[in-house]
Parts: sequence; structure tokens; C-alpha cells
Amino acid sequence: MTVNVKKIHIPGTLSKKEKKLRDSFLLQVKNIPGGESLKKCIQCGTCTGACPVSYMMDITPREVIALFRAGDIESILSSRTIWICASCYSCTVRCPQGVMVTDILYALKRLAIENKIFPKRFPVFALSKSFVSITNIFGRSYEPGLIILYFLRTNPFKLLGMMPLFIKLALKGRIGFLPHKIKSAKKFSRILKEAEVMENIVPLQES
Amino acid sequence: MEYTYYPGCSIKTSAKGYEESLFYVFKALNLTLNEIEDWNCCGATSYMSTKETISLVISARNLAKAEKKSSQDIVSPCSACYTILYKTNYIMKNNFIMREKVNQALRQDDLKYNLSLDVRHPLEVLVNDVGIKTISAKATRSLTGLKIAPYYGGQIVRPDRGLDDKDNPQMMDLLFKALGAENVYFPLKVQCCGGMLMTTYPELGLDLNRKILESAQENGAEAIITTCPLCQINLEAYQKKINKKFKTDFNIPVLFFTQALGLALGGSPKELGLNRALIPFELKENAAEGLK
Repeated sequence: MTVNVKKIHIPGTLSKKEKKLRDSFLLQVKNIPGGESLKKCIQCGTCTGACPVSYMMDITPREVIALFRAGDIESILSSRTIWICASCYSCTVRCPQGVMVTDILYALKRLAIENKIFPKRFPVFALSKSFVSITNIFGRSYEPGLIILYFLRTNPFKLLGMMPLFIKLALKGRIGFLPHKIKSAKKFSRILKEAEVMENIVPLQES
Repeated sequence: MEYTYYPGCSIKTSAKGYEESLFYVFKALNLTLNEIEDWNCCGATSYMSTKETISLVISARNLAKAEKKSSQDIVSPCSACYTILYKTNYIMKNNFIMREKVNQALRQDDLKYNLSLDVRHPLEVLVNDVGIKTISAKATRSLTGLKIAPYYGGQIVRPDRGLDDKDNPQMMDLLFKALGAENVYFPLKVQCCGGMLMTTYPELGLDLNRKILESAQENGAEAIITTCPLCQINLEAYQKKINKKFKTDFNIPVLFFTQALGLALGGSPKELGLNRALIPFELKENAAEGLK
């Protein structure tokens, strides 16, 4: 994707939406241990070079930080980049300035979910959503359920394509057909409820 | 020595061979694993990257449960669970606000995490606590003649925890060298396998794994050795698809490091879950002769 220059606002003249995104992003960054290192980025591009999947991204990791500085978080959120990241942390360990790139991409993912901004037909969020619902119900992952839920959300026909592998694994005893529900599932969901409340608590901003 | 054991979801299903061989190896080296009672999913990166506090709460529940029982180190064989639990432990220890939030949620089940535990990967436990010398002294079968590509993947060395070199880790290399195997030149040993990208973005996932397989094959590896259920299944189960898409001819067995180690310690293929492999692996005759 080429970046639309007209959309980039000069800092200080941010749109209302952009201002809101920027504030909640900065709050998220504050929560990351070492997150403030974001300021130190020198735009060298080592993160992009270290990233094994950057060649499939529409905005590279370096450009993500540049776009944030230029005041265009919205473009980042509608890119595939944050969803392609496989959490391998190559960028984070290679960054000469100690920027926590992976964690910053996580923060952007959460921002995208909060504000419901997604790239068109890009299914990573569908998987995360399916994974979260399965974990919330059983307390553990349940692979067949996860895969079925995921393909129902995206492309049910592709489920058929998974069958040969599924059968092969099943023959080797590598499929758990029945879900395993944890014993204290009731208490687990009580914990989750309270955690949801905690998730939404916004710490007081320093003035 | 005793450890608290956090298995993780996939080791109970798709990576059963990992658990079987892990148990065998630990037993052979007189180590005990005590499974955390009623543990839950660590949340994996899917949860961590979407709901921060909740993901920390569910993974900290395991830490709190483990701590209630004993102060032994937690051993987590899945690299993804290991990363998540390690990170949770780190954040709990270093971020006061997050710690209070998480403990507030855990209180609903009378749990609290008091920050007393360490989270570790079995590879590191074996190399550091037992030691390569002790392990190779206990080996009853030589791996001589076996050419392997030790694949560490990303999450065991990154983010940097100071355990091993993050670009060229040596733990597995040294371990298997001491057991007689030959480590082939394998520059992609820490390259990411893509994890769940294989499902969400197959085009990219297949390409990432093709590169890793290619690097192993062109350097003459007879087997790839992994430390994580997800890496193992990505590298093993999709070889046919990769062959079809890229017109390659991969047919390389992909083992868990405990399976290869278990063979050296005298385990039978069945005891080590090698019968569950989609691409069968057999130790060559000359190596089997080393059996005492």
C-alpha cells in the first residue's frame, strides 16, 4: 500500500478521531515495561530487516513508527501489518535503541480491536476471537473446536481442505476429539469477569 | 530434583509424543515433574495480543496455582507457553499496577501470586541443571552418524532472556554433539516458523516453513530437531502442501528434542512417541550398534 500523503496530519492539527487513537495508544505504551523506548527510534529500519515476514506487509515495522509520529495511526490500524506479525521478537532483540517493537504492535492490535478498525478480509482477528471464546468456555484450548469456529467465521469451504491432515493426525492419536474442561470452570469464569473489569480500568493520567 | 510441570494444551493432543518422550527423559535422569493441578490455557499469543490484562490474569492463574503447592521452578515444554508464562512472571514482578489488577481478579478463586517462582524451558533445565556431561555419561546408545538440524525457533531465545545466544544458540548443538550426532550448518535455526500464520495466512506460513526445510535439506540433515509443538507440526505436517506449492521434494522427519535425547538414553521408539510421527524416523543400523 502506498501511503496517502494527504491523509497525514501535521502534529498539533490531529483530527478528533486521530487524537483519541493517539491518546489511548500512548496509554497502552505506558503499560508496557520499557515501552517509552519508542521515543528513541532512529528510523534505521533494522526492525524491518530483521522481520521474517516484512516482505508480506503493506507497511513495514519502521514505517509503523514513522506513521505514528506523523499522526496517522488510523492507516496503521487498517493495514495488514499488525496482524501479520507472528510474535517472533526478531525486531525487538535486534533494535539498537531497545524499542519494544513486538509489544508496540500488540498495543496497536488491541487499539484496532477496541476501535473496530480492520483490514478487509484479513482473518487473524477471527482466529484470535475464536481462540478467546474457546479458552473462556473450557479453560483450555480445544483444537477441533477452534478450527471449526475459525473457518465458520471466515471460509467454511476451506474446512474441507483441512480434512486429510485431520484424518492423518487422528490416526496417529494426535487429535483430542473431546474438549477438556477444567474442573474449576465456574470459578474460572468468575476470575474472567473480574479480569474484564480490570482490563477496562484506566489508570489516572499524570498531569 | 523436582519441578512443577505446566504441560500446555497442545502437548496433550497434537504433540503427545513430546510429553511421552519428556517423561521418559526426565525419569531416566531422575528428575520428577509434578503437574499443576487443574491448570488452564496460558492464553498464547492470540490472547496476549488482544486483551492484555485478561491474558495476564489467565496465565497468572497457573503461576498462583503452582505457587500454592510448592516453590519449585515451573517447566514448560511448549515454547509459546514458556514465552507467555515467562513474560507474565516478568510483568507481575515489575509492574505494580498490573500486579494489583491481576491479583484482584485472581482473588475471585482465593488465589494470589506472590512472585516467588521461575519459569523455565526443559531444554535449558537439562543443559544447566543436569549438565551435558552427566547426560552423555548416562547415554546407552550413540547417535553417531546421525545428521541433524537443531531448530530452536523464535520464542525460546527471544525476547532475550540471557540464556543462550539469540542469533546462534548452542544448547541443543552442544547436547547432541556430546551424544555423537553431527549438527549440520543450519543458518535458519532461529528463524520463525510463523506459528498460527499457517492457518490464518497459509501463503506466508508455507513460505516461511519452506525456507527452513530448504536450509535443513540442502545442508544434508536427516532430521530436524524442535523444541515446540507448534514448530513441530508446522514443519512436519505441511511438507506435502509445501512440495505441491513450491515443487520441492521434502520428506524430512521432524522430532522433538526429547525424542532424539530419549533414543540416546535407551528409549524405544514407542516409549518416545515416535510412532506418532507423520514422517517416520529410524535410527540407522550403525548407530543402533552402540547399544550396550
